[in-house]
Amino acid sequence: MSMAPTLANWIDLFIHFATLSLLAVGGAITTAPDMHRYLVTQQGWLSDAQFNASIALSQAAPGPNVLFVALVGWNLGLNAGGGPAAGWPAWGLALLGVGVTMVATLLPSSVLTYIATRWAQRNRELRAVRAFKTGMAPIVIALLVATGWLLSAAHDQPSRDWPLWLLTAVSTLLVWRTRIHLLWLLGAGALLGALGLA
Amino acid sequence: MQEPLPVTIAGADLPRSPRSCADLFWSFTWLALQGFGGVLAVVQRELVEKKRWLTREQFVEDWAVAQIMPGPNVVNLSLMIGSRHFGLRGALAALAGMLCAPLLVVLLLAVLYGQVADHPAAAGALRGMGAVAAGLVTATGIKLMAALGQNAMGLAICIALAALTFVAIALLHWPLIGVLAGIGGGACLWAYRVLGRETRA
Repeated sequence: MSMAPTLANWIDLFIHFATLSLLAVGGAITTAPDMHRYLVTQQGWLSDAQFNASIALSQAAPGPNVLFVALVGWNLGLNAGGGPAAGWPAWGLALLGVGVTMVATLLPSSVLTYIATRWAQRNRELRAVRAFKTGMAPIVIALLVATGWLLSAAHDQPSRDWPLWLLTAVSTLLVWRTRIHLLWLLGAGALLGALGLA
Repeated sequence: MQEPLPVTIAGADLPRSPRSCADLFWSFTWLALQGFGGVLAVVQRELVEKKRWLTREQFVEDWAVAQIMPGPNVVNLSLMIGSRHFGLRGALAALAGMLCAPLLVVLLLAVLYGQVADHPAAAGALRGMGAVAAGLVTATGIKLMAALGQNAMGLAICIALAALTFVAIALLHWPLIGVLAGIGGGACLWAYRVLGRETRA
Protein backbone atom coordinates (compact mmCIF):
# COMPACT_ATOMS: atom_id res chain seq x y z
CA MET A 1 0.00 0.00 0.00
CA SER A 2 2.41 2.67 -1.20
CA MET A 3 3.37 4.66 -4.23
CA ALA A 4 6.80 4.06 -5.73
CA PRO A 5 8.79 7.29 -5.29
CA THR A 6 9.17 7.83 -9.02
CA LEU A 7 8.98 11.12 -10.84
CA ALA A 8 6.08 9.91 -12.99
CA ASN A 9 4.01 9.18 -9.86
CA TRP A 10 4.64 12.63 -8.44
CA ILE A 11 3.69 14.27 -11.74
CA ASP A 12 0.48 12.22 -11.90
CA LEU A 13 -0.30 13.33 -8.37
CA PHE A 14 0.38 16.98 -9.18
CA ILE A 15 -1.81 16.95 -12.28
CA HIS A 16 -4.67 15.23 -10.50
CA PHE A 17 -4.67 17.69 -7.59
CA ALA A 18 -4.26 20.69 -9.90
CA THR A 19 -7.36 19.56 -11.83
CA LEU A 20 -9.33 19.16 -8.62
CA SER A 21 -8.23 22.66 -7.60
CA LEU A 22 -10.23 24.20 -10.45
CA LEU A 23 -13.28 22.07 -9.61
CA ALA A 24 -13.28 22.98 -5.91
CA VAL A 25 -16.21 25.38 -5.99
CA GLY A 26 -17.58 25.62 -2.45
CA GLY A 27 -14.33 24.84 -0.69
CA ALA A 28 -11.48 22.34 -0.67
CA ILE A 29 -13.41 19.80 1.38
CA THR A 30 -15.81 19.28 -1.54
CA THR A 31 -12.98 17.54 -3.43
CA ALA A 32 -12.36 15.01 -0.64
CA PRO A 33 -14.60 12.27 -2.12
CA ASP A 34 -12.72 12.34 -5.43
CA MET A 35 -9.31 12.44 -3.70
CA HIS A 36 -10.37 9.35 -1.76
CA ARG A 37 -11.41 7.60 -4.99
CA TYR A 38 -8.10 8.42 -6.69
CA LEU A 39 -5.63 7.85 -3.83
CA VAL A 40 -7.23 5.01 -1.88
CA THR A 41 -9.41 3.07 -4.30
CA GLN A 42 -7.69 3.55 -7.66
CA GLN A 43 -3.97 3.94 -6.89
CA GLY A 44 -3.79 2.32 -3.46
CA TRP A 45 -1.23 4.90 -2.30
CA LEU A 46 -2.99 5.62 0.99
CA SER A 47 -5.02 3.47 3.40
CA ASP A 48 -8.60 4.29 4.27
CA ALA A 49 -7.60 4.93 7.90
CA GLN A 50 -4.82 7.34 6.86
CA PHE A 51 -7.21 9.29 4.65
CA ASN A 52 -9.86 9.62 7.37
CA ALA A 53 -7.27 10.55 10.01
CA SER A 54 -5.97 13.30 7.70
CA ILE A 55 -9.43 14.89 7.55
CA ALA A 56 -10.18 14.49 11.27
CA LEU A 57 -6.82 15.96 12.33
CA SER A 58 -7.10 18.97 10.05
CA GLN A 59 -10.59 19.70 11.42
CA ALA A 60 -9.23 19.60 14.96
CA ALA A 61 -6.27 21.87 14.20
CA PRO A 62 -6.56 25.64 13.78
CA GLY A 63 -6.43 27.12 10.30
CA PRO A 64 -8.21 26.65 6.99
CA ASN A 65 -9.78 23.24 6.31
CA VAL A 66 -7.67 22.93 3.13
CA LEU A 67 -4.80 21.78 5.35
CA PHE A 68 -6.22 18.26 5.17
CA VAL A 69 -4.61 18.20 1.72
CA ALA A 70 -1.21 18.83 3.34
CA LEU A 71 -1.77 15.86 5.67
CA VAL A 72 -2.79 13.65 2.75
CA GLY A 73 0.47 14.66 1.01
CA TRP A 74 2.42 14.05 4.22
CA ASN A 75 1.07 10.50 4.55
CA LEU A 76 1.63 9.78 0.85
CA GLY A 77 5.27 10.81 1.19
CA LEU A 78 5.75 8.80 4.38
CA ASN A 79 4.31 5.72 2.67
CA ALA A 80 6.51 6.26 -0.39
CA GLY A 81 9.56 6.43 1.86
CA GLY A 82 8.70 3.23 3.70
CA GLY A 83 6.89 4.66 6.75
CA PRO A 84 8.15 6.57 9.82
CA ALA A 85 10.44 3.66 10.76
CA ALA A 86 12.55 4.33 7.64
CA GLY A 87 13.84 7.54 9.20
CA TRP A 88 14.96 10.73 7.49
CA PRO A 89 14.43 9.69 3.83
CA ALA A 90 10.76 9.04 4.66
CA TRP A 91 10.38 12.40 6.46
CA GLY A 92 11.99 14.11 3.46
CA LEU A 93 9.53 12.49 1.07
CA ALA A 94 6.70 13.41 3.44
CA LEU A 95 7.69 17.06 3.16
CA LEU A 96 7.91 16.71 -0.63
CA GLY A 97 4.38 15.26 -0.51
CA VAL A 98 3.15 18.30 1.42
CA GLY A 99 4.79 20.64 -1.11
CA VAL A 100 3.45 18.86 -4.20
CA THR A 101 -0.14 18.46 -2.97
CA MET A 102 -0.43 21.96 -1.49
CA VAL A 103 1.04 23.78 -4.51
CA ALA A 104 -1.11 21.75 -6.90
CA THR A 105 -4.23 22.44 -4.82
CA LEU A 106 -3.65 26.16 -4.31
CA LEU A 107 -1.89 27.43 -7.43
CA PRO A 108 -4.54 27.06 -10.18
CA SER A 109 -7.50 28.26 -8.09
CA SER A 110 -5.53 31.14 -6.55
CA VAL A 111 -4.28 32.44 -9.91
CA LEU A 112 -7.83 32.31 -11.27
CA THR A 113 -9.31 34.01 -8.19
CA TYR A 114 -6.62 36.71 -8.21
CA ILE A 115 -7.19 37.61 -11.86
CA ALA A 116 -10.99 37.42 -11.65
CA THR A 117 -11.28 39.52 -8.50
CA ARG A 118 -8.87 42.18 -9.82
CA TRP A 119 -11.14 42.42 -12.85
CA ALA A 120 -14.27 42.62 -10.68
CA GLN A 121 -12.64 45.28 -8.50
CA ARG A 122 -11.85 47.47 -11.54
CA ASN A 123 -15.38 46.95 -12.89
CA ARG A 124 -17.25 47.15 -9.59
CA GLU A 125 -19.70 49.75 -10.94
CA LEU A 126 -20.76 47.39 -13.74
CA ARG A 127 -24.41 46.38 -13.37
CA ALA A 128 -23.56 42.66 -13.74
CA VAL A 129 -20.92 42.81 -11.00
CA ARG A 130 -23.25 44.65 -8.63
CA ALA A 131 -26.09 42.25 -9.46
CA PHE A 132 -23.87 39.28 -8.65
CA LYS A 133 -22.88 40.67 -5.25
CA THR A 134 -26.41 41.82 -4.41
CA GLY A 135 -28.00 38.54 -5.47
CA MET A 136 -25.49 36.27 -3.75
CA ALA A 137 -25.52 38.06 -0.37
CA PRO A 138 -28.58 36.30 1.12
CA ILE A 139 -27.42 32.96 -0.29
CA VAL A 140 -23.97 33.01 1.31
CA ILE A 141 -25.35 34.19 4.66
CA ALA A 142 -27.79 31.29 4.66
CA LEU A 143 -24.93 28.93 3.78
CA LEU A 144 -23.15 29.95 6.98
CA VAL A 145 -26.16 29.22 9.14
CA ALA A 146 -26.64 25.92 7.26
CA THR A 147 -23.00 24.97 7.92
CA GLY A 148 -23.47 25.51 11.65
CA TRP A 149 -26.63 23.42 11.47
CA LEU A 150 -24.88 20.57 9.64
CA LEU A 151 -21.95 20.55 12.09
CA SER A 152 -24.41 20.12 14.96
CA ALA A 153 -26.60 17.62 13.12
CA ALA A 154 -23.64 15.24 12.83
CA HIS A 155 -24.40 14.49 16.49
CA ASP A 156 -27.88 13.05 16.04
CA GLN A 157 -28.85 11.27 19.28
CA PRO A 158 -30.78 13.66 21.53
CA SER A 159 -30.40 11.60 24.73
CA ARG A 160 -26.60 11.47 24.40
CA ASP A 161 -25.84 14.62 22.44
CA TRP A 162 -27.97 17.25 24.18
CA PRO A 163 -25.00 18.69 26.13
CA LEU A 164 -23.18 19.29 22.81
CA TRP A 165 -26.25 21.01 21.35
CA LEU A 166 -26.57 23.15 24.47
CA LEU A 167 -22.89 24.10 24.15
CA THR A 168 -23.44 25.07 20.50
CA ALA A 169 -26.53 27.11 21.37
CA VAL A 170 -24.79 28.93 24.23
CA SER A 171 -21.72 29.75 22.13
CA THR A 172 -23.97 30.98 19.30
CA LEU A 173 -25.66 33.38 21.74
CA LEU A 174 -22.37 34.53 23.27
CA VAL A 175 -20.70 35.22 19.90
CA TRP A 176 -23.82 36.97 18.62
CA ARG A 177 -24.57 39.17 21.63
CA THR A 178 -21.20 39.73 23.33
CA ARG A 179 -17.61 40.60 22.37
CA ILE A 180 -16.04 37.76 24.34
CA HIS A 181 -12.80 36.49 22.77
CA LEU A 182 -13.35 33.39 20.64
CA LEU A 183 -10.37 31.58 22.18
CA TRP A 184 -12.04 31.63 25.62
CA LEU A 185 -15.07 29.89 24.15
CA LEU A 186 -12.98 27.27 22.37
CA GLY A 187 -10.95 26.68 25.51
CA ALA A 188 -14.11 26.26 27.57
CA GLY A 189 -15.47 23.82 25.00
CA ALA A 190 -12.25 21.79 25.08
CA LEU A 191 -12.25 21.72 28.89
CA LEU A 192 -15.93 20.67 29.15
CA GLY A 193 -15.32 17.99 26.52
CA ALA A 194 -12.16 16.68 28.19
CA LEU A 195 -13.99 16.40 31.53
CA GLY A 196 -16.72 14.39 29.81
CA LEU A 197 -19.38 17.05 30.39
CA ALA A 198 -20.13 17.66 26.70
CA MET B 1 -28.17 52.30 -4.31
CA GLN B 2 -25.53 54.57 -2.78
CA GLU B 3 -26.43 54.94 0.88
CA PRO B 4 -24.88 57.89 2.71
CA LEU B 5 -22.06 56.78 4.98
CA PRO B 6 -23.07 56.67 8.64
CA VAL B 7 -21.62 59.78 10.27
CA THR B 8 -20.21 58.99 13.69
CA ILE B 9 -17.96 60.67 16.20
CA ALA B 10 -14.29 60.59 15.20
CA GLY B 11 -15.06 58.42 12.17
CA ALA B 12 -15.35 55.32 14.35
CA ASP B 13 -17.25 53.43 11.65
CA LEU B 14 -15.07 54.37 8.71
CA PRO B 15 -13.04 51.49 7.25
CA ARG B 16 -9.34 51.41 8.06
CA SER B 17 -6.45 49.79 6.20
CA PRO B 18 -3.62 47.40 7.02
CA ARG B 19 -0.37 49.34 7.52
CA SER B 20 1.95 47.09 5.51
CA CYS B 21 2.39 43.62 4.06
CA ALA B 22 3.90 42.55 7.40
CA ASP B 23 0.75 43.79 9.14
CA LEU B 24 -1.31 41.68 6.70
CA PHE B 25 0.90 38.63 7.27
CA TRP B 26 0.74 38.76 11.08
CA SER B 27 -2.96 39.65 11.18
CA PHE B 28 -3.81 36.65 9.03
CA THR B 29 -1.43 34.39 10.98
CA TRP B 30 -3.10 35.43 14.23
CA LEU B 31 -6.62 34.87 12.97
CA ALA B 32 -5.79 31.57 11.26
CA LEU B 33 -4.36 30.23 14.52
CA GLN B 34 -7.64 31.02 16.28
CA GLY B 35 -9.70 29.28 13.63
CA PHE B 36 -10.56 25.90 15.03
CA GLY B 37 -13.08 24.18 12.76
CA GLY B 38 -12.86 26.90 10.11
CA VAL B 39 -11.49 30.42 9.98
CA LEU B 40 -14.45 32.39 8.66
CA ALA B 41 -16.00 33.32 12.04
CA VAL B 42 -12.62 34.65 13.17
CA VAL B 43 -12.10 36.63 9.96
CA GLN B 44 -15.45 38.34 10.52
CA ARG B 45 -14.68 39.08 14.17
CA GLU B 46 -11.10 40.33 13.63
CA LEU B 47 -11.28 42.13 10.29
CA VAL B 48 -14.81 43.56 10.43
CA GLU B 49 -15.45 44.16 14.13
CA LYS B 50 -11.97 44.80 15.53
CA LYS B 51 -9.64 46.05 12.79
CA ARG B 52 -12.45 47.44 10.56
CA TRP B 53 -10.58 46.74 7.32
CA LEU B 54 -13.99 45.86 5.83
CA THR B 55 -17.56 46.89 6.50
CA ARG B 56 -20.14 44.17 7.11
CA GLU B 57 -21.55 44.75 3.62
CA GLN B 58 -18.12 44.56 1.95
CA PHE B 59 -17.40 41.39 3.86
CA VAL B 60 -20.59 39.72 2.62
CA GLU B 61 -19.81 40.77 -0.96
CA ASP B 62 -16.23 39.50 -0.78
CA TRP B 63 -17.36 36.30 0.82
CA ALA B 64 -19.84 35.70 -2.01
CA VAL B 65 -17.04 36.05 -4.56
CA ALA B 66 -14.63 33.90 -2.51
CA GLN B 67 -17.29 31.21 -2.33
CA ILE B 68 -18.13 31.13 -6.02
CA MET B 69 -14.50 30.96 -7.17
CA PRO B 70 -12.82 27.54 -7.08
CA GLY B 71 -10.40 26.87 -4.26
CA PRO B 72 -10.57 27.11 -0.47
CA ASN B 73 -12.93 29.96 0.48
CA VAL B 74 -10.86 31.59 3.22
CA VAL B 75 -7.73 31.31 1.08
CA ASN B 76 -9.55 33.14 -1.71
CA LEU B 77 -10.78 35.73 0.79
CA SER B 78 -7.26 36.39 2.10
CA LEU B 79 -5.99 36.78 -1.50
CA MET B 80 -8.75 39.30 -2.25
CA ILE B 81 -8.24 41.39 0.88
CA GLY B 82 -4.45 41.37 0.52
CA SER B 83 -4.50 42.30 -3.17
CA ARG B 84 -6.94 45.17 -2.61
CA HIS B 85 -4.46 46.94 -0.32
CA PHE B 86 -1.01 45.99 -1.64
CA GLY B 87 -1.55 44.24 -5.00
CA LEU B 88 0.20 40.94 -5.65
CA ARG B 89 2.59 41.42 -2.70
CA GLY B 90 -0.35 41.93 -0.36
CA ALA B 91 -2.14 38.86 -1.74
CA LEU B 92 0.93 36.70 -1.16
CA ALA B 93 1.52 38.14 2.33
CA ALA B 94 -2.08 37.45 3.39
CA LEU B 95 -1.99 33.98 1.83
CA ALA B 96 1.30 33.11 3.55
CA GLY B 97 -0.08 34.35 6.88
CA MET B 98 -3.19 32.24 6.46
CA LEU B 99 -1.24 29.05 5.71
CA CYS B 100 2.29 28.97 7.17
CA ALA B 101 1.79 28.77 10.92
CA PRO B 102 -1.31 26.53 10.75
CA LEU B 103 0.58 24.19 8.38
CA LEU B 104 3.36 23.78 10.95
CA VAL B 105 0.81 23.14 13.70
CA VAL B 106 -1.10 20.54 11.71
CA LEU B 107 2.11 18.68 10.74
CA LEU B 108 3.20 18.67 14.37
CA LEU B 109 -0.22 17.25 15.28
CA ALA B 110 0.19 14.56 12.63
CA VAL B 111 3.50 13.50 14.18
CA LEU B 112 2.00 13.41 17.68
CA TYR B 113 -1.29 11.85 16.54
CA GLY B 114 -0.41 8.24 17.39
CA GLN B 115 0.08 9.05 21.07
CA VAL B 116 -3.01 11.16 21.83
CA ALA B 117 -5.70 9.85 19.48
CA ASP B 118 -6.77 6.97 21.73
CA HIS B 119 -7.06 9.08 24.87
CA PRO B 120 -10.79 9.65 25.75
CA ALA B 121 -10.10 13.12 27.20
CA ALA B 122 -8.44 14.20 23.93
CA ALA B 123 -11.37 12.91 21.91
CA GLY B 124 -13.78 14.67 24.31
CA ALA B 125 -11.90 17.95 24.04
CA LEU B 126 -12.11 17.76 20.24
CA ARG B 127 -15.86 17.16 20.41
CA GLY B 128 -16.33 20.09 22.78
CA MET B 129 -14.34 22.40 20.52
CA GLY B 130 -16.31 21.16 17.53
CA ALA B 131 -19.60 22.07 19.24
CA VAL B 132 -18.32 25.58 20.01
CA ALA B 133 -17.08 25.93 16.41
CA ALA B 134 -20.59 25.12 15.15
CA GLY B 135 -21.91 27.95 17.34
CA LEU B 136 -19.29 30.38 15.99
CA VAL B 137 -20.31 29.75 12.39
CA THR B 138 -24.03 30.05 13.15
CA ALA B 139 -23.56 33.31 15.08
CA THR B 140 -21.47 34.77 12.24
CA GLY B 141 -24.32 34.07 9.83
CA ILE B 142 -26.87 35.65 12.20
CA LYS B 143 -24.73 38.79 12.66
CA LEU B 144 -24.23 39.22 8.92
CA MET B 145 -28.00 39.13 8.34
CA ALA B 146 -28.04 42.79 9.40
CA ALA B 147 -26.17 43.53 6.15
CA LEU B 148 -29.25 42.42 4.19
CA GLY B 149 -31.14 45.53 5.35
CA GLN B 150 -29.23 47.55 2.76
CA ASN B 151 -29.71 45.02 -0.04
CA ALA B 152 -31.27 46.47 -3.20
CA MET B 153 -33.60 43.48 -3.60
CA GLY B 154 -35.43 44.37 -0.38
CA LEU B 155 -35.54 42.54 2.92
CA ALA B 156 -38.51 40.27 2.16
CA ILE B 157 -36.93 38.79 -0.99
CA CYS B 158 -33.61 38.37 0.85
CA ILE B 159 -35.25 36.46 3.70
CA ALA B 160 -37.10 34.21 1.24
CA LEU B 161 -33.87 33.45 -0.68
CA ALA B 162 -31.94 32.78 2.53
CA ALA B 163 -34.68 30.47 3.83
CA LEU B 164 -34.76 28.54 0.54
CA THR B 165 -30.98 28.13 0.62
CA PHE B 166 -30.98 26.96 4.23
CA VAL B 167 -33.67 24.34 3.55
CA ALA B 168 -31.91 23.11 0.39
CA ILE B 169 -28.51 22.70 2.06
CA ALA B 170 -29.23 21.89 5.70
CA LEU B 171 -32.43 19.85 5.42
CA LEU B 172 -32.52 18.47 1.86
CA HIS B 173 -28.71 18.03 1.51
CA TRP B 174 -28.64 19.27 -2.07
CA PRO B 175 -25.17 19.60 -3.63
CA LEU B 176 -23.72 23.08 -3.15
CA ILE B 177 -22.96 23.64 -6.82
CA GLY B 178 -26.61 23.08 -7.75
CA VAL B 179 -27.82 25.47 -5.04
CA LEU B 180 -25.36 28.18 -6.10
CA ALA B 181 -26.29 27.78 -9.77
CA GLY B 182 -30.05 27.45 -9.21
CA ILE B 183 -31.04 29.71 -6.30
CA GLY B 184 -27.93 31.90 -6.63
CA GLY B 185 -28.29 32.29 -10.39
CA GLY B 186 -31.96 33.21 -10.03
CA ALA B 187 -31.14 35.74 -7.31
CA CYS B 188 -28.45 37.38 -9.47
CA LEU B 189 -30.87 37.71 -12.41
CA TRP B 190 -33.48 39.25 -10.12
CA ALA B 191 -30.89 41.65 -8.68
CA TYR B 192 -29.86 42.60 -12.24
CA ARG B 193 -33.48 43.57 -12.99
CA VAL B 194 -33.88 45.51 -9.75
CA LEU B 195 -30.63 47.42 -10.26
CA GLY B 196 -31.63 48.30 -13.84
CA ARG B 197 -34.98 49.67 -12.66
CA GLU B 198 -33.16 51.85 -10.11
CA THR B 199 -30.84 53.46 -12.67
CA ARG B 200 -33.81 54.30 -14.90
CA ALA B 201 -35.82 55.76 -12.04
